[in-house]
Amino acid sequence: MPADFNWAIGGEAGDGIDSTGKIFAQALSRAGRHVFTSKDFASRIRGGYTAYKIRTSVDQVQSVVDRLDVLIALTPRTIEENLDELHDGSVIIYDGDRTTMQGVEIPDEMVGLDVPLKSLAEDAGGAIMRNVVALGAACEVTNFPIENLDSALQKRFGNKGQKLVDNNKDAARLGRDYVGDEYDHEFNFNLETTENDYVLLNGDEAIGMGALAAGCRFYSGYPITPATNVMEYLVGRIERYGGHVVQAEDELSAINMALGAARAGARSMTATSGPGIDLMTETFGLIATSETPLVIVDVMRSGPSTGMPTKQEQGDLNQMLYGGHGEIPRFVITPTSIDECFWKTVEAFNLAEKYNIPVYLAADLALAVTEQTYPPEAFDMDQVEIDRGKLVDEDEIDEWLDESEHFRTHALTEDGISPRAKPGTAGGAHMSTGLEHDELGRRTEDTGMRVEQVDKRNRKVETAIERESFDYREFGNPDSDNLVISWGSNEGALVEALDFLAEDDLDVHVISVPYIFPRPDLSEEINAAENVIVVECNNTGQFANILEHDSLRRVQRINKYNGVRFKADELAEDIKETLAETAEVHQ
Amino acid sequence: MSSQVRFTDFKSDKQPTWCPGCGDFGTMNGMMKALANTGNDPDNTFVVAGIGCSGKIGTYMHSYALHGVHGRALPVGAGVKLANPELEVMVAGGDGDGYSIGAGHFIHAVRRNVNMTYVVMDNRIYGLTKGQASPTSRDDFETSTSPQGPKQPPVNPLALALASGASFIAQSFSSDALRHAEIVQEAIEHDGFGFVNVFSPCVTFNDVDTYDYFRDSLVDLKEEGHDETDYEAAKKVILDSEKEYQGVMYRDENAVPYGEAHGVTENMTEIGDGAPEDAMDLVREFY
Repeated sequence: MPADFNWAIGGEAGDGIDSTGKIFAQALSRAGRHVFTSKDFASRIRGGYTAYKIRTSVDQVQSVVDRLDVLIALTPRTIEENLDELHDGSVIIYDGDRTTMQGVEIPDEMVGLDVPLKSLAEDAGGAIMRNVVALGAACEVTNFPIENLDSALQKRFGNKGQKLVDNNKDAARLGRDYVGDEYDHEFNFNLETTENDYVLLNGDEAIGMGALAAGCRFYSGYPITPATNVMEYLVGRIERYGGHVVQAEDELSAINMALGAARAGARSMTATSGPGIDLMTETFGLIATSETPLVIVDVMRSGPSTGMPTKQEQGDLNQMLYGGHGEIPRFVITPTSIDECFWKTVEAFNLAEKYNIPVYLAADLALAVTEQTYPPEAFDMDQVEIDRGKLVDEDEIDEWLDESEHFRTHALTEDGISPRAKPGTAGGAHMSTGLEHDELGRRTEDTGMRVEQVDKRNRKVETAIERESFDYREFGNPDSDNLVISWGSNEGALVEALDFLAEDDLDVHVISVPYIFPRPDLSEEINAAENVIVVECNNTGQFANILEHDSLRRVQRINKYNGVRFKADELAEDIKETLAETAEVHQ
Repeated sequence: MSSQVRFTDFKSDKQPTWCPGCGDFGTMNGMMKALANTGNDPDNTFVVAGIGCSGKIGTYMHSYALHGVHGRALPVGAGVKLANPELEVMVAGGDGDGYSIGAGHFIHAVRRNVNMTYVVMDNRIYGLTKGQASPTSRDDFETSTSPQGPKQPPVNPLALALASGASFIAQSFSSDALRHAEIVQEAIEHDGFGFVNVFSPCVTFNDVDTYDYFRDSLVDLKEEGHDETDYEAAKKVILDSEKEYQGVMYRDENAVPYGEAHGVTENMTEIGDGAPEDAMDLVREFY
């Protein structure tokens, strides 16, 4: 388990929580420390509580834990909300002069640091910098060199003029010095720095960057939490490569524009969340039937309906696998970490074009808004390969023409993969349609051709299973009798849960699955293990159901659907309990 | 190549299944003539169609084409055009496809002003589903689903376009072959979203808005000395519910098409076989 440190800043929406948290995360990252961030958006109590939490270590961190060492509390509610996570010796930095904080009670076992954030900020040039004063105070408490904070402030405010940067640096120093001068307390935190260089990014950004690396040049989308960041990342960057982002009037339009761009021959993508997937499902069958390569990103949030828009859930698996009338061939990919969001996006584009098929790429809120540090080599662009599949040019058209010189865009091939000709390619003019069609893309209701086209579309999926490696990721002890299986974003928490379980001498084999369809065949592993637990953020165990179907064996389930992601320590407890229950049943 | 293209090159060898006498024959012929006259050929042309009798057009024409879902042909067309501005994009639909299920897209396609052409075959009836009221049916038009008439005013698509900031609004009649082709050609030549509402009579299910009705009532703006660049004059003819007009009603010569406004003028379909050369810069941004 990494020797970690847990920090948070909390207040009301509008208090600048996010940007302050990000500055501190950046400072830690620039100091060569690993960082994992998470955000509390809404409250268990009513009101606009919001918090930005950082877990940091010199080793890699990839999960949150139920523990807070230092809290900057701008409101009393911030303390209330986090009482469970605060512990003996936790430090709470607050401004006792703030009207709402007057008379606030700090639990006896904790250390309260009353710092006049606002008035110190005014001394530095403006009350708006009070959060930065708090960051300076946090540097003093954690023995963290303030120069690292300077560097993050430079990045954040550099484009607004050196004066503003300098004022902020001064504000931070006033906070640091105030704590140093006024509190004669020995703080036991020591945020050591390293020489390592890290980058800090979230899952939405990793997907956007993956799309650019993969040659995505057209994106159309409609704003929706928590997928909007993908669009915001691409705007301003995709243009550098000759691409464009369109904000469509709705998701129906967004997916149809993306489809149009793909028919034109561009690598094209849209991203949305569950409610948008519902709307896009109308066009999904058309994409598959017309054999158009398209990447559709679903950043899942809590449903059904409007659900809890800013909360975590992995509830859309059935929708992605089975959504739409009729039988629709598709791929469903679920990256398990932020760096994998990048690589799986690249892969999604290649798969889409190699097999002329729509690809669902599913992240979830926990991956999308979480920032994590990686060495830049984790995104080595030299490793990106682009495979456009059977895209034919003018010279190759001839071999795909029928006797009347028409291009066979749905040619019945042995591997099920037909050629694509971009509009503009001489001799390649053809139509495609959502109607059942013949090889030329023209409507048919011929019983024989219907069967041949359905079989052909399924055959290319079989071909993909033969040619591609739809593999899983493994952690822990592969020989353990206890097998824990997960998909999507739970991987980080599971990997860290292994450390907690090891403390109790519990040995676990973790399988983390990034491909839901086509997926690795886990029946052998499942049937070889004594205990099998499937972990997922939904109520009904959508993936567990699939695995039971695949392996013909009942599995145990750990389901979380309260809107909060799995935490490593909590997940370890859940696994322990589930294993104990199973043991009881066996006795 | 363009000089040798004849309009029949845009004809596929598939026999249309439209009812004999359907207005859509004339509408399609005019589109093909206009495409040929503007120097296009089947290999650089993309036709998008929705659902309904009109949606079949992609099958009967020869070009690159997509026959999509109901009401969403316009976004497809925008995607095609923006991804490759070198293509000639023509979207075809019916009154149900464009003004009912696709009405939302119509408004935004007009606003967006992507340089493409939208031809609506308006027969004021749902033909493919055998005779139900459409959004342009008269309020007393009796159908199987509206025995006393829809009792709602018909949509005025031209007014909808004008109110949405259209840069080109026209109306034609499929039976007036010469004028129809001429008007569609003007829409193609317009630098922006060229919208043509075509009276395309349904001989099977609409016995009110017939060939005879349009022949008798149609006023050609060309003969009326109408100034299509005059917004107020356009508004007047568009809102005139007493008469049926054909011709170009409005043209905004100063409107900037979406592609130019957003700097999207290059073909974006060509990419390399790896990440862009400077792609590590994207990673470094996250330091």
